[in-house]
Amino acid sequence: MKQGGFGVFLTNLRELRGNFRSAYRRHGPPTTERARSQTVFNNFFQHIHATRVHPHSLRVTATWGLGVALASLFFILTATGVLLMVYYKPSTALAYDSIKDLHYIVPTGRFIRNIHRWAGHMMVVCVILHMTRVFYTAAYKSPREFNWVMGMCLLVLTFGLSFTGYLLPWDQLAYWAVTIGANIAASPNELIDALGLPPVFRVGTLQKELLLGSSSIGEDALIRFYVLHVFVLPMLVFIVIGAHVWRVRKDGGLARPGGSPTPAGKGVGTMDAVPAGPAEGPTRSFGLMCVVRDKSPAVGVNPDETVPSWPFLMRAELVVFMGVMLLCLIFGLFFDAPLKEPANPMIPENPAKAPWYFLGLQEMVSYSAFVGGILIPSIVVIGLTLIPFLDREEEECGVWFSGAQGRRVTLLSVLVGTVLAVLSVAIPVSFGWLRDWFPDIPQIVIIIFNPGSILTVFYAVYSLIILNKMRSTRMGALALFTCFLVGFAILTYVGTYLRGPNWDFYWSQSQWPIH
Amino acid sequence: MPGRLDPEPIARRDFLGLAGLWAAFLAIGGSVVGMLRLPKPRVTPEASSVVRIGKAEDFPPGTSRVMLEHRIRVFSSSEGIAAVSLICTHLGCIVKETADGFSCPCHGSKFALDGKVIKGPAPRALNWLACARAADGTLLVDTSRDVKTGTYYKA
Repeated sequence: MKQGGFGVFLTNLRELRGNFRSAYRRHGPPTTERARSQTVFNNFFQHIHATRVHPHSLRVTATWGLGVALASLFFILTATGVLLMVYYKPSTALAYDSIKDLHYIVPTGRFIRNIHRWAGHMMVVCVILHMTRVFYTAAYKSPREFNWVMGMCLLVLTFGLSFTGYLLPWDQLAYWAVTIGANIAASPNELIDALGLPPVFRVGTLQKELLLGSSSIGEDALIRFYVLHVFVLPMLVFIVIGAHVWRVRKDGGLARPGGSPTPAGKGVGTMDAVPAGPAEGPTRSFGLMCVVRDKSPAVGVNPDETVPSWPFLMRAELVVFMGVMLLCLIFGLFFDAPLKEPANPMIPENPAKAPWYFLGLQEMVSYSAFVGGILIPSIVVIGLTLIPFLDREEEECGVWFSGAQGRRVTLLSVLVGTVLAVLSVAIPVSFGWLRDWFPDIPQIVIIIFNPGSILTVFYAVYSLIILNKMRSTRMGALALFTCFLVGFAILTYVGTYLRGPNWDFYWSQSQWPIH
Repeated sequence: MPGRLDPEPIARRDFLGLAGLWAAFLAIGGSVVGMLRLPKPRVTPEASSVVRIGKAEDFPPGTSRVMLEHRIRVFSSSEGIAAVSLICTHLGCIVKETADGFSCPCHGSKFALDGKVIKGPAPRALNWLACARAADGTLLVDTSRDVKTGTYYKA
């Protein structure tokens, strides 16, 4: 019998809950493996996962969970950042006080700011570790080259976010960081003046003006850095992270050696080559299998070797996320984010030090602004980005250091990198540098020959020697990357612990002069 | 009239399609360039760079005074009065007076009393600034205009 209009309405009302659920879920309850796979496949938020993963990808030592940790940190930073925006006022007169309010008055403000700060620092650490992991397991190799490039973008963006972040409180650290940052942007002028080119070529002035919105530091500079920090850079990071994670899946999942044992102890997985798809697919009308790249996860892989993402991958992700949260909470509870004196344009702190991750850079900049602040960082970033295109040797991915030879090269490079980096600091500290020996030396000579540039050239030459001797671009890349890491660590250490007032060298802080 | 014996070099439809595509690219590109013009200010908002430092008679020969609020050091000799900027030519920190000159706290540059670079990464000597006298006799220093090192102003 046909129900009346009111009856239908009542039935719909009664079934509202079930219908609503099935409308957003599109299939049965996720209790079976198949339904869970469907959920992962069909759900917008889940489909960034593959429906099934290889157990090797879930091993701690395969990734150390660093990528998921980074995504978690970005999420935590976004959440706490939005909360901080509720009270923060981007104006030179009010910024400092609003941070003080956050610290002393706003309920949980201090805690949230601490978490934001520690998550930021952890993000820098994890980005570097993540890059290190990907590099040493050769996971940048074909077909993953472009994902390495996106990773480099994320590295630069993370530094950009850190820089624009710590100058928002408009304290002494902030003010002098903006000063130094803006002048580094202007430092190509140094080279142009030294070469004697006409002022038209002074691009540095333009860059500085674009950053500051003015020729000096004030309200316009702060609002620009604020916009970069709370919108432009996070948005870019968000987009690039999305593409980055998506490519992980499209490039065939996490890099892993072909012979990873399967979890159920079924011995060693097949080493057989993946059966190639149709070599020359039709180009006008085609089935989906012609679109899928040959190394896509679903092709030529026995599903029995994999485990469903739900629950195994999601559980792993949750564990990493909770671990990261825990660390943030502990740091946030026990260590307060610093706030220095209000910005004082008349007197910089002495020594005026950047946060730790820029101290290696500050050490370089103390030789030459242009070379240390722009040229060498650009060479390093471009060099790192090009690694997968210059080292195209086919080898098994997912093996740490690419085996025994790679381990030896890495150890040797740690040694060489350390010695060279220590010398690059020790020689100028003990014997001075060109200007101490020849007081009237032209600036262009100092720009070209300084400890930073010489160290960079030595690293490059050393890696080329390794490359040639071992007849392997991978070994050359291992040498260069290891040198870069070691150099970064040592210069950061020197800048953090061994530099005192006037950027002079001291073995410990207790030797600093009293005034 | 194009025909079978005298074909068009490019089909009319292709031409129109390409022209439309290029017009769209140009419009989008032009808009982007136009938008990029916005962040470069036409007028910068800061206060005048000319500061008043006092009467000439306040600076008898032999005086040396650091005026942190203007980021300059004013000194005078028998040759006249001079103002030297305290902004480090390396990356813009404010140099600190020491026994025999100036040193920069940020990256370790050291300067002689007349501003010459002695040590460190600074590319140039500290700037000597243009001095002038206002109608009422007050000495003016233009902190944005530098003059040749060693140029004294005869007050």
